[in-house]
Amino acid sequence: MAREPGFSEKLVGERLHLVLSGEWTLAVSAQLEAASRKLLASAHRALKVTLDLEHIERIDTAGAWLVDRVRADLVAHGIDADYGGARADFTLLLTESRYEPVPQPVARHGNLFVDLLADIGETIVGIARNLLGGMTFLGKVVHALVRVILNPARLRGTSVVFHVEAFAFRSLPIIVLINFLVGCIVAQQSIFQLQKFGAATFSVDLIGILTLRELAVLLTSIMIAGRSGSAITAELGSMKMREEIDALRVMGMSPIDVLVMPRILALVISLPLLTFLADLAGILGGMVVALTYGDISPEVFFARLQSAIALNTFLVGLIKAPFMATVIGIIAAMEGLATQGSAESLGRQVTASVVKSIFMVIVVDGIFAMFFAAIKY
Amino acid sequence: MTDTPAIRVRGITVGFGEKIILDHLDLDVKRGEVLGFVGGSGTGKSVLTRTILGLVHQREGSIEVFGQDLAALKPDEHRAMERRWGVLFQHGALFSGLTVRQNIQVPMREYLHLSQELMDELAMLKIRMVGLPADAAEKFPSELSGGMIKRAALARALALDPEILFLDEPTSGLDPIGAAEFDTLIRTLQKTLGLTVYMVTHDLDSLYSICDRIAALADRKIVAAGTLEEILQVRHPWVQSYFHGARAKARGASS
Repeated sequence: MAREPGFSEKLVGERLHLVLSGEWTLAVSAQLEAASRKLLASAHRALKVTLDLEHIERIDTAGAWLVDRVRADLVAHGIDADYGGARADFTLLLTESRYEPVPQPVARHGNLFVDLLADIGETIVGIARNLLGGMTFLGKVVHALVRVILNPARLRGTSVVFHVEAFAFRSLPIIVLINFLVGCIVAQQSIFQLQKFGAATFSVDLIGILTLRELAVLLTSIMIAGRSGSAITAELGSMKMREEIDALRVMGMSPIDVLVMPRILALVISLPLLTFLADLAGILGGMVVALTYGDISPEVFFARLQSAIALNTFLVGLIKAPFMATVIGIIAAMEGLATQGSAESLGRQVTASVVKSIFMVIVVDGIFAMFFAAIKY
Repeated sequence: MTDTPAIRVRGITVGFGEKIILDHLDLDVKRGEVLGFVGGSGTGKSVLTRTILGLVHQREGSIEVFGQDLAALKPDEHRAMERRWGVLFQHGALFSGLTVRQNIQVPMREYLHLSQELMDELAMLKIRMVGLPADAAEKFPSELSGGMIKRAALARALALDPEILFLDEPTSGLDPIGAAEFDTLIRTLQKTLGLTVYMVTHDLDSLYSICDRIAALADRKIVAAGTLEEILQVRHPWVQSYFHGARAKARGASS
């Protein structure tokens, strides 16, 4: 076991000899600092001090630094300090770890109120920049799309198909499941509430309209924002970190063409398909609960459903899907490409991507609700 | 006590699936020496290093560090052992979310009881020792050049004043001047701190200038180990072509 760092005092004439002993290493880190403080206190009583290193068992850079800091402090206070009995193997270490004052980082003291205002201002400017950036990015994507339309050979078909599989096919089970369950819940609640008025069969109207117009597309979009939007951000972000994006650029390929376009296109194809299946799953869920909980037979359910909904109910939901897909894709790609060098930054971008795209999906849904109400569709 | 090698590897076999990478390999690293470890790309140099560090598990064989069998150590004893070595990974492996100073302080915070003031001072000392400018302390790894990342990673490896230093291709990706400086730096630190250095390298210059002994890995075994003069006499075809190939000849002509 290591012997603790310590020292003994010895007065030779006017000179105070401090004979250091034990281990001055990080292995006994807790005692090391205390010993150096005691050493300093003892040495301050004398005018001439010799730090005797001959009996030190072991010393490392931290020990050497602390001992030299004591010497430097004594010299600064006008005390004549030197080393005695320094062994050859310590000399090199003492020179390498010689004490130099470390500039303390200057702490910034700001006015709390000013800081608060500055933060608010920064956030507002940030939001404005974000919106502007989003518009610019959308412009670039549309530009790329136009080029693809003019020259269909530029379309990266394999990539699009690959991503449709990843976004649509692979997420099918979870999206069907949650829409089925939400359909069940809506049916149960509406039957329970409407029974009081003896109007349980009208719950079918509610299920049909709510699922087709709002719920299916909203749930699917939120799910895709969380599942595929985050994947896009993480993929593009780690490619940015490993300079793969730069590699594409110097090979004369645009990252928008190669990476962003296929993903957004795949989302635009996937989301309407998923929304259609989500519609079916939601209505199926409602029908199952209507039969088991509300004693509404499938024949009655379908008869009611046919009179309650028309093609436009279905289209209102479906029209929104490609817009949602575009919003999710743009935000995810933008956040991914904004990743900086660190792992932390990637995490932040993925979080921002998911939060922003879910928020924007709900905003877009609200805008559509107002629009369809205004044109009475 | 001082006769026991710093690292003693005996009969190590490592494989992934069907593929055997290392086959009953033996290796000694003596205390206080700089061992250069060479081998072709993909022959398992890094695998051996990672096996010694405990990142890859061996199928057979034993590894002793300072005379203690790593496999027989209890978890807390193993942690104590890990304090005694420092590792410089090939690409630095600095934590990207922390500044250089914070990177160096990570092991200090974990293992030591020091005041923040002393930790700052020691971090600055290490930064100075590896030859980084003081203003690098508050920079993030993404703001550093390749050579600076290596130096910062070396500073972190030295944070706890280890006894063994593992270096994985320390000079790869550095320009010849930077590489020579790095070699000198490692030699100085090795002398100052009495380190044992285990260095995986491809750099002939490093092998010639700072290594006390060289071990060559080929055919899943150590085919040669010894001083440079001894290695140059070895008749193994890979060792021959490595030390007598075009690049080695070019080096001989210039020096």
